[in-house]
Amino acid sequence: MTRLAAGALAICLALVAGLIVLIAARGLGYFWQSPIELFELADGTRVLGEVWNWEPRPGGAGRRVRLAVGNRDLTGADFRWIDESEILRRSRPEDAGVFERLEWGKFYGFPAQLLRGDRIAASGAEVWKEIRPLLAEKAEVRARIARLHGGEIDDVNRELERIRIELRQLRRRGLADSERTPILEAEREEYQRRYEAHLVQLRELEDELLAETLVLRAADGSLVRLPAGHAVRAVRANRLRLPQRLGLYASRLAEFLLDDPRESNTEGGIFPAIFGTVMMVFLTSLAVAPFGVLAAIYLREYARDGAFVRLVRISVNSLAGVPSIVFGVFGLGFFVYLVGGSIDQLFYPDRLPAPTFGTGGILWASLTLALLTVPVVIVSTEEGLTSVPRGVREGSFALGATKFETLRRVIVPAALPGVLTGIILAMARAAGEVAPLMIVGMVKLAPSLPIDAHFPFVHLERKFMHLGFHIYDVGFQSPNVEAVQPLVFATALLLILVVLSTNLAAILLRNRLRRKYASSGV
Amino acid sequence: MRFDALSLWYGASQALDRISLSIPERGITALIGPSGCGKSTLLRCVNRMNDLVEGVRTEGDIRFRGGSIYAPETDIHALRRRIGMVFQKPNPFPKSIYENVAYGSRIHGMRSRARLDEVVERSLGAAGLWDEVKDRLTESALSLSGGQQQRLCIARAIAVEPEVLLLDEPCSALDPIATQRIEELMQQLKQRYTIALVTHNMQQAARSSDYTAFLYLGELIEFGETERMFVNPSEKRTEDYISGRFG
Repeated sequence: MTRLAAGALAICLALVAGLIVLIAARGLGYFWQSPIELFELADGTRVLGEVWNWEPRPGGAGRRVRLAVGNRDLTGADFRWIDESEILRRSRPEDAGVFERLEWGKFYGFPAQLLRGDRIAASGAEVWKEIRPLLAEKAEVRARIARLHGGEIDDVNRELERIRIELRQLRRRGLADSERTPILEAEREEYQRRYEAHLVQLRELEDELLAETLVLRAADGSLVRLPAGHAVRAVRANRLRLPQRLGLYASRLAEFLLDDPRESNTEGGIFPAIFGTVMMVFLTSLAVAPFGVLAAIYLREYARDGAFVRLVRISVNSLAGVPSIVFGVFGLGFFVYLVGGSIDQLFYPDRLPAPTFGTGGILWASLTLALLTVPVVIVSTEEGLTSVPRGVREGSFALGATKFETLRRVIVPAALPGVLTGIILAMARAAGEVAPLMIVGMVKLAPSLPIDAHFPFVHLERKFMHLGFHIYDVGFQSPNVEAVQPLVFATALLLILVVLSTNLAAILLRNRLRRKYASSGV
Repeated sequence: MRFDALSLWYGASQALDRISLSIPERGITALIGPSGCGKSTLLRCVNRMNDLVEGVRTEGDIRFRGGSIYAPETDIHALRRRIGMVFQKPNPFPKSIYENVAYGSRIHGMRSRARLDEVVERSLGAAGLWDEVKDRLTESALSLSGGQQQRLCIARAIAVEPEVLLLDEPCSALDPIATQRIEELMQQLKQRYTIALVTHNMQQAARSSDYTAFLYLGELIEFGETERMFVNPSEKRTEDYISGRFG
């Protein structure tokens, strides 16, 4: 029996460890730069790319290599398979590089020329010397464009929207002829002028991105023109030494963690998804904790034990078994349409028919998940309350405390570890849930985070991104599923880490409380 | 304090049968009797702890300083403040030593830190615990030994300055040395409080109490000064019990 139990445990542990190791190995390799190899084939073609893996040739002897070749704009495919028997020569040309672009993904090739306007500024391997400062400069320009978009232009748009709504309000109340109207009209023109000015600025910056052009030569000799401002990175992969390789790895990892996604999520970072996941879990626990704890206190301490209480308990427990998508549908019907729709009618009538709260958003998603996880909190809070010894209650009553004082000062604090255990479990469940969120506010790409610098700073009505959905979207809905596979693993690893670290934080908090009320058996 | 024909039923079974008895002030009255005779129930009637048990019904009354304990207008929380209780098993709250002692004062509205400090020091001192714990007041009460925990519970009970102390077999979970300390403590406390003590231990009753009441099957068999009861009981059943012939 002991062996059987130990064996079962060992298998469980091996499964968990295996899962994490597999995901980590597949995901973390994505940011590593391997050497670029040039393959010369028997039929005279030349192929440049990174060796992905070697595999046995299907239906025949020998091996074939899978090569990541990039250059989607030229070849239309990210990979190429080459039979080992066709390879005449392999080499690692010094000049070869991988160019990460804003559009069309990676380009493998050689720099041919650097054009400033129409003038040739450098050619051949000389280009490599110019590239690094040039790209840094362009990255700065792109950052300025982003700031302009997110800052000034965004402000102007907000003001214009405010004026539009105010004008609509006046019209609705039949006050279109009041003295306020011309003031608003004048304001609107002013903002319109500012908007135009910003657009000019924007166009200048965008021209700056196009001022220099990199002419790149693919292995087969075809040329591609890449505006320097549209290149994110240029890496001379075969001349990298270890520290540089590590630096590149860190820089790509940082981009992955901190940047917005590009190219329909298959490039760039996943910061908005991390942010959305963490914030949603936080909001969920904020909503579920008071509800679950109060319900459990009522059930355990106040309600008289009888058929009704038993019925409630059974219902709560079966709630935990309802498929999560059902909660999503309920959330859509109740929170989004009913509650959100009513909020819009009452508070935002001037924005209708464009919904504010009457559409999916992070608040509704969190409340839906709170509903989904409330049984967990109720059950473990009840257990926590039951575990407080009777003597402790009597001790408090004997000192003249009322029931409420006893609950508030003795029983609930003593049951706190149980309560927190429930909340931790609820958080873990909430972080891993994806299906119900798809219909209550989770999106593939959210234009802005739910927290920003604009009043009221926290925008609970906004749609949000989520790591779980990101995995699904990138892994199954992107144009090139094969090529983004490592990205999916990296995202999955991150989701696991986010869940682990939120849980760990909660567990540490619980243990601190436990130590505070450390019990020694008497 | 006077019991007037107090009867009590747990559901259909009667636990106390018309108990009438006066507990003298500033003395220790021991309640003795075999298990299940109703002595703990009788004690828990005084601060109405039995109200917490479902299906309890009482008749008769207890008069305390001119007031009625079972009158409907009695404020049960104020009553329990005047009548402190210490339980069989030490039951400190899972809080710090300081908070345990300050608990009663806090719920009765004392806010000033200085006054709370004073209450804590005085009560722990009176319970003979101050010197042992004065440097670790913020530690959990559950880190104390069993005997210390029981003295902490006594300190907690006397912190709200009750008029009566009910001790429900306070030494049954303790070793002989801790028991001795509690007995010494009772001798000091009886100068200021009226004490009712439930005990299973005949020696303890004989040693520490001034008056003894012997209960048997829910009835009061005999009540009198301890010395007379143990030397010359007037009832045969009392004599049998005390001399260990049954019980």
